[in-house]
Amino acid sequence: MVAPATLRVVRCGGSTLHGARAVFSADSKQVGPCPEPVFLWSDTFQLVSVKLTKAAGQDLEAKELSVVLHGVGASPKSIAFGREGEYVASVKDLNLQVYFFKQKQLNRFSLSAVKTKGGNNHFTCVACHPTEDCIATGHADGKIRLWRNFYHKKEYTFSTLHWHHDTVMDLAFSIEGTSLLSGGVESVLVLWHNGSDCRKDFLPRLGSPIEYISMSSDGALCCTLHTDNRITIINSNLRFSKCIQGLIKTMDVKTGLVVDPRTKALVLNGEPGHLQFYCLQSDQQLFSLDIVQRQYIHQAGLKQTDLVKVAFSAQGKWLATVEERDEVTDPELQLKLWFYDEETQSFKLNTRINMPHEDHVTDMCFRDMDELEDDSLILVTAGRDCVFKVWVMVEDTDPEGKYAQQSVSWNCDFVGSYHNYQATNCCFSEDGSVLAVSFEETVTVWDSVTWDLKCTFCHPPGKIRNICFGRLTCSKYLIGATDHGFLCCWNLLSCALEWSAHLNILVLQPDPLSEYIAAVSWLSKESSLFVFKPNEPRPIYIQRNLCKEKIQLAAFIPRDEPETVGSEKYLWLRRSQLFFLTDTQELMTLSTKSLEERLTPSSKQLAVEESLPVTPFSLLLGKHRCQQSQQDIDLGKRVVQNKHEQDSPAVKELLHTPAHVLPSASFLCPIFINSLLISKENKSAEVAADEVEMESEKAEDESDEERDITEMEQEDTSPMELLGEMTCKLSKSQEKELRKIRKTDYSWISAF
Amino acid sequence: MATYKAVAVPAVPRLGERITQDTVYWRGYKTPVQIKEFGAINKIDFSPVPPYNYAVTASSRIHIYGRYSQEPMKTFSRFKDAAYCATYRDDGNLLVAGSEEGSIHLFDVSGRAPLRQFDGHTKPVHVVGFLSDKYRIFSGGDDYASYLWDIPSGTDIVSYSEHTDYVRCGCASKVNADVFITGSYDHTVKLFDARTKRSVMTIEHGQPVESVLLFPSGGLLVSAGGRYVKVWDVLKGGQLLVSLKNHHKTVTCLCLTSSGQRLLSGSLDRHVKIYSTTSYKVVHSFNYATSILSLALSPEDETIVVGMTNGVLNVKHRKPEERKEKSQKKRQPAYRTYVKGRSYMPKQEDFCVSKPVKRVLRKYDKLLKSFQSSKALDAVLEPPIRLYTPEVTVAVMQELHRRGTLRSALAGRDEKQINLLLTFVARRVIEPRFTSVLVTVADMITDIYQPVVGQSAIVDRQFLKLQEAIGKEIDYQEELLEVLGMMDTLFATFTQKRATCLEENKSNGLNRGY
Repeated sequence: MVAPATLRVVRCGGSTLHGARAVFSADSKQVGPCPEPVFLWSDTFQLVSVKLTKAAGQDLEAKELSVVLHGVGASPKSIAFGREGEYVASVKDLNLQVYFFKQKQLNRFSLSAVKTKGGNNHFTCVACHPTEDCIATGHADGKIRLWRNFYHKKEYTFSTLHWHHDTVMDLAFSIEGTSLLSGGVESVLVLWHNGSDCRKDFLPRLGSPIEYISMSSDGALCCTLHTDNRITIINSNLRFSKCIQGLIKTMDVKTGLVVDPRTKALVLNGEPGHLQFYCLQSDQQLFSLDIVQRQYIHQAGLKQTDLVKVAFSAQGKWLATVEERDEVTDPELQLKLWFYDEETQSFKLNTRINMPHEDHVTDMCFRDMDELEDDSLILVTAGRDCVFKVWVMVEDTDPEGKYAQQSVSWNCDFVGSYHNYQATNCCFSEDGSVLAVSFEETVTVWDSVTWDLKCTFCHPPGKIRNICFGRLTCSKYLIGATDHGFLCCWNLLSCALEWSAHLNILVLQPDPLSEYIAAVSWLSKESSLFVFKPNEPRPIYIQRNLCKEKIQLAAFIPRDEPETVGSEKYLWLRRSQLFFLTDTQELMTLSTKSLEERLTPSSKQLAVEESLPVTPFSLLLGKHRCQQSQQDIDLGKRVVQNKHEQDSPAVKELLHTPAHVLPSASFLCPIFINSLLISKENKSAEVAADEVEMESEKAEDESDEERDITEMEQEDTSPMELLGEMTCKLSKSQEKELRKIRKTDYSWISAF
Repeated sequence: MATYKAVAVPAVPRLGERITQDTVYWRGYKTPVQIKEFGAINKIDFSPVPPYNYAVTASSRIHIYGRYSQEPMKTFSRFKDAAYCATYRDDGNLLVAGSEEGSIHLFDVSGRAPLRQFDGHTKPVHVVGFLSDKYRIFSGGDDYASYLWDIPSGTDIVSYSEHTDYVRCGCASKVNADVFITGSYDHTVKLFDARTKRSVMTIEHGQPVESVLLFPSGGLLVSAGGRYVKVWDVLKGGQLLVSLKNHHKTVTCLCLTSSGQRLLSGSLDRHVKIYSTTSYKVVHSFNYATSILSLALSPEDETIVVGMTNGVLNVKHRKPEERKEKSQKKRQPAYRTYVKGRSYMPKQEDFCVSKPVKRVLRKYDKLLKSFQSSKALDAVLEPPIRLYTPEVTVAVMQELHRRGTLRSALAGRDEKQINLLLTFVARRVIEPRFTSVLVTVADMITDIYQPVVGQSAIVDRQFLKLQEAIGKEIDYQEELLEVLGMMDTLFATFTQKRATCLEENKSNGLNRGY
């Protein structure tokens, strides 16, 4: 019997797109972030050439490495191949190197570092004209240089195109070479016609800085990858066509992870000034709500209004947002209250309050009461200006009412303060009768009807970082975490400290549906998760070393239906699921199920095979498969294994899940390998087993970047083909020999 | 891909009175016409029949004015001393007036000499009026008595002397020809029935009664005296319905609109307040130059005439509304062009191409869209925007500041433009809604143009003006802070008292609990 499943950390979105240009499939119908290197970058970033021999099939030994260029840039953007592969251009810092393969000649051009206008003319990217001898380079000061006549070391010429005011992030020539596309921080795609400065077209406001640009092979589409994990597909006539996006990545999630009670979607900062509603089940952005409603200027170093706080009322009828523009002299603050309009199915602005506090708003909460009427709704904001404010709804009572535009608006009802300390957190108890506000080192408890100060709690030294009330049976407890590394639990009835624990708690998150509270601590470079009930100091569940990154935020998402959990240890996961966001913006969750179980029901079956149209590529693939199956039948050996592979849900999922939600390759590797393992009776299986062993060894050795590449390749060349071909071509003795050789050289796989 | 978002001009809630239907209605009057009379105007009465002339009683004369006439159409001046309370009969043919010597005169509106003279009062008669049967007149005088006169015979029918002070106001019921009321300085309002020998009802107002009014239905009675306007239910035996205290000096006159929906009261505090007769809340108020003695409203509220203590007659006419509608009608496109192409229902096989909605951007938005900061600033400094919608100018300045291009937009301007900018800043910087932005702008302007100070007299003058404006504002703010401090001390003592009260209550409650 298998032991009860342990909890595993599962990634569910938000990881960055891999650092390379997107590649269109042959028919321009599919696009994916997938690199296809012909030349290799080794660890010190030299460009080396590898001779590919045609005879050896898929795997070959790269013994004849010859270094072409020393000192190339780490990014794939800094290398480009010229017309019909005659030369290669590479840029780094202030140097452009062009190497001609036939002549074996290296030309080096450099720019002067000091510019008159103080511009930074470092090279950032390079692209080569497909038909002419022309190299386009992008620079950090926004200029694009078109180099010609670079066969001569001295008499080369270049012309300058200048529109970008910030770094040119990527360049791409159209297929015929008549136009050049460039993009950068401004998030404007610029189309330069015939390489002249005067004729250009723009596609502005693409949402976020453009990181990579790529063209489809037939020139009909172009696609841009953005810094916020988004792919935009654009027609050749610069018409926006489609956007592929999951969880939008932002620089800083200031709003925290909030759950929309209506849609159960995760709500957090999206595009600048927007709130994104992200559906966890379908890995889709449900919608993006424009909160700031102002034009965002994409310019480095410009401070612009951004969303900092979000709160939903219990049923999602009201939404409160705080936006601020961080400026030293006078910070602009706005509190907005949005009402959910049933007709339009979206939030509608009800009240806008300028400068709700004189300084930053530190926390905000609604009085969460499901059963009470709407007029009991109260909003509390805590500010760094040493006060907390209570906002209530007021009704406009105009007798004739014709000129009254709306019937309710929000007004300040009470302003509370405590010894001129900054208010840092606020929280209502479950029944809404008591409000807790923390003022630096002290937690104050207020009656929510009369606004009298009831009692104070304090655990010196150390300021309060987080507070929350217990729920259900534990509603008499107040939990607080201090930045001096203590987690305290106070009893509200006896007004005494119940227990405390020495933990450096970063995140304190109560489950809205049960009495469990999750706390994430950060201790010497690892995050640990503690789940406890306030009425007993011993945690119910501890997971050490949750992940390497610092966990910033966490949220409990209620499940649609309670899950059956095997062990009592995981009872806290029954009603809701815990999600957390690391400081590298990766969204993770905890799951009791093994990966295979988890993947099968939840993620969608894309069924690529069925929907694939007949294209040269698919025909080729089909022919290949046909041959394969014939061979299989002839040999009568491989059928079992093939079936096994196709049936394995893990492999299927691996191939069908969108690449941007897949966990890292290192994580997938063992699962993938396990799925390939078959029982020992099958003789040919030994080969497979050996091979995957090697793979895993190799994967550990190599650098991260290359690991990504290998992983991608595994996806590309379907493993069954590989194995099938091998077994049919080689005899057993040959195999054994080959294995020995392979074990000595681990870099063979890169040759794919 | 998003579209360009236009600059959001922040809307500031309008302070002061809220725009309601009433404010719109009552603001629909032209600038008043002022007519000087010989003395304090004690009564204005509109003829109930078209063309709605009105009789103004002031000093020893009664002037009849036409609707738009500035000069009196007719004058009755056969009084030895002051005349009082010239009132029209329901058919607009007869006019009755009291006088200082105690006699009551009855005039034919078309004639000159009085038709009848009723003698009986021994003291000045301040109130006279027709009963609704048109053949009888009631009067009240300073001899505390009220009389009822018969017009055909010219003799008195009955007299009541129940009041114990001057009778200064009265009103006849429009429903019952026998009923009239009088108000007196003895703080009471009495209701008389001509068929009985004594008053039917006495209502205690509490202050000397200056004016009384009966609603057209006859069920409600309004009395004014002192600072109070009180409404009584006559049918319930004189029960007080509501007491209004909205004036801060004596209320002298009352008036109902022709619809009966609004009640107007004029007072010595120079205000006319308009109440809703359903909620009895003030819905609008007018401000006048001097104390108001009398007030009248023509049928359909076409004209408001107010008489003052200094003898000025203030006449306000309603603005005509029809012309506006006509011009609007002309501009509207014909129905045919309006429905053109809209009535077509697409068939199933039709492929619909939706027309992109064209968004119209303001000039400054177009310029901001193409990042032309200086030109955008120029666009919002054009006179119409700068003068009538300064919030747009300030919003664009703020947007430029957000983009970090405000300094470059402000720089490089000539004398004329700097002058313009400084004038704008100096004028608007004291408005709280603009202060935060304009202080930044002023800062930048001084920074940028510091080197050229002294080269142009005009610019220097503007700088001085700006300095002066800011200095004044600082003084003002300091004063406000002082007031705030004073109020804080007051509030502090107040809350302490309340807190102790509460604590006492609590302890009481606890004691009881034990």
